[in-house]
Amino acid sequence: MNDPWVPTPMTVREVVRETADTVTLTLDTSASPFAFAPGQFNMVYLFGQGEVPISISGHADRPDELVHTIRGVGPVTRPMLDLVPGDVLGIRGPFGTAWPVEEARGTDVIVVAGGIGLAPLRPMIYHLLANRRDYARIVLIYGARQPDQMLFVDELHHWRGRFDLTVEVTVDQGTEDWFGPVGVVTRSLARARFDADDATVVTCGPEVMMRFVVHEAVRMGVPQDRIWASMERNMKCAIGLCGHCQWGPDFVCKQGPVYRWDHIAHRFAEKEL
Amino acid sequence: MTEGLEALIRRQPLFDDLSEADLKHLAGCARNVKFDAGEIFVRHGEEADRSFLVRAGRVGLVVHGRDIAETAEEGDLVGWSWLFPPYRWHFDAKALTAVRAIELDGACLRAKCESDPRFGFEIAKRFLYQAHRRLEHTRLRAMDVYKGPLT
Ligand SMILES: Cc1cc2nc3c(=O)[nH]c(=O)nc-3n(C[C@H](O)[C@H](O)[C@H](O)COP(=O)(O)OP(=O)(O)OC[C@H]3O[C@@H](n4cnc5c(N)ncnc54)[C@H](O)[C@@H]3O)c2cc1C
Ligand code: FES
Repeated sequence: MNDPWVPTPMTVREVVRETADTVTLTLDTSASPFAFAPGQFNMVYLFGQGEVPISISGHADRPDELVHTIRGVGPVTRPMLDLVPGDVLGIRGPFGTAWPVEEARGTDVIVVAGGIGLAPLRPMIYHLLANRRDYARIVLIYGARQPDQMLFVDELHHWRGRFDLTVEVTVDQGTEDWFGPVGVVTRSLARARFDADDATVVTCGPEVMMRFVVHEAVRMGVPQDRIWASMERNMKCAIGLCGHCQWGPDFVCKQGPVYRWDHIAHRFAEKEL
Repeated sequence: MTEGLEALIRRQPLFDDLSEADLKHLAGCARNVKFDAGEIFVRHGEEADRSFLVRAGRVGLVVHGRDIAETAEEGDLVGWSWLFPPYRWHFDAKALTAVRAIELDGACLRAKCESDPRFGFEIAKRFLYQAHRRLEHTRLRAMDVYKGPLT
């Protein structure tokens, strides 16, 4: 990694519009290969606007490119929707903890994503598929609010067509032309077939959704120390100095964003499901 | 004939631990049904005299005329209004694909449940469990979690 304080300028090579408010940007890192572990994030700086934490959503085996999927919600991320090839962003990173690709070896891996939460999980899915023989069953459950808000639709179709992966996509609100399941992700999780006592569950999405997912997984018999979730907190320095991302005794930029559930479960204990 | 139904009911997790005798009792109120894609087989406000245990295909539960509030797939029970007065459906059920289901006759079940409360409790427990899960899902959905920030 370069100086963690100084953003490295990187050029946008490709822009893919995923949904009305979300784009996937591919940055060119061919001159200086970029290594990261699935689950990590970068601080992405839009010159003149500001800097925001964004997970890496590309393939960890492709050091010649860096991929981010960004939902425009505010003053920094919304202008990012208008970026075009040739534009430049400043990147600091990668930062934070990773998905448990090693710990999950030999187990059934259940990936539960909601909304934009599929982006941080995509590098994990790429890893699982690139090393398919190291894992038993792989189940991907993806929930979105409506069909037109789903990310990576072509890829979801492709994954669904594979024989070695179960993909269940569900929406909270059906539309006239949607013939798939309508219901929350926990419903899909409860229906999934896997060995709960030999499974690894990884989840990313709205915090409420993740709490329900964990509740369901535990009810199905998955031990808490086999569940990982990615948490979001506001960030500034991303290197454990400023305290912006403090959550209990942790700095999420260092000890997170990916946490093993048994390490953080007590922080949710007082919140009722 | 009833033999086949028992096996089909037993295959669904909701009923896989029912005793042989209870299963036979239940199957006595059951029959196989099929619906074509697009068919609306339950209509809001009409008399709710049946329940459906979905075996294959997808059913859309339509609450406010058009929107599908939730779908039901293999293993799901559709309809418990036959248990409670005034025995009216609260939704439309539409086959989104071709559907195979086991239809349970509400009046037949009610009579058996009332004459044999132990059996009645076994059945009510299962319907209650489905209602409880549906309520949980509705609560999560009502939060519209994908709208706002992730935290
Ligand atoms: C570790 C980590 C990884 C992240 N990965 C991604 C990612 O891969 N892709 C991505 O798009 N975002 C990601 N985020 C969220 C992203 O950092 C924020 O959306 C961003 O900081 C918003 O900045 P802003 O200045 O544009 O808007 P802000 O001024 O910060 O927010 C504007 C408004 O949007 C609301 N808001 C803030 N965040 C969100 C959100 N996530 N969704 C909806 N509304 C929100 C705020 O409450 C506020 O009302 C990640 C955050 C963290 C901590
Ligand atoms: S963002 Fe500064 S300590 Fe985490």
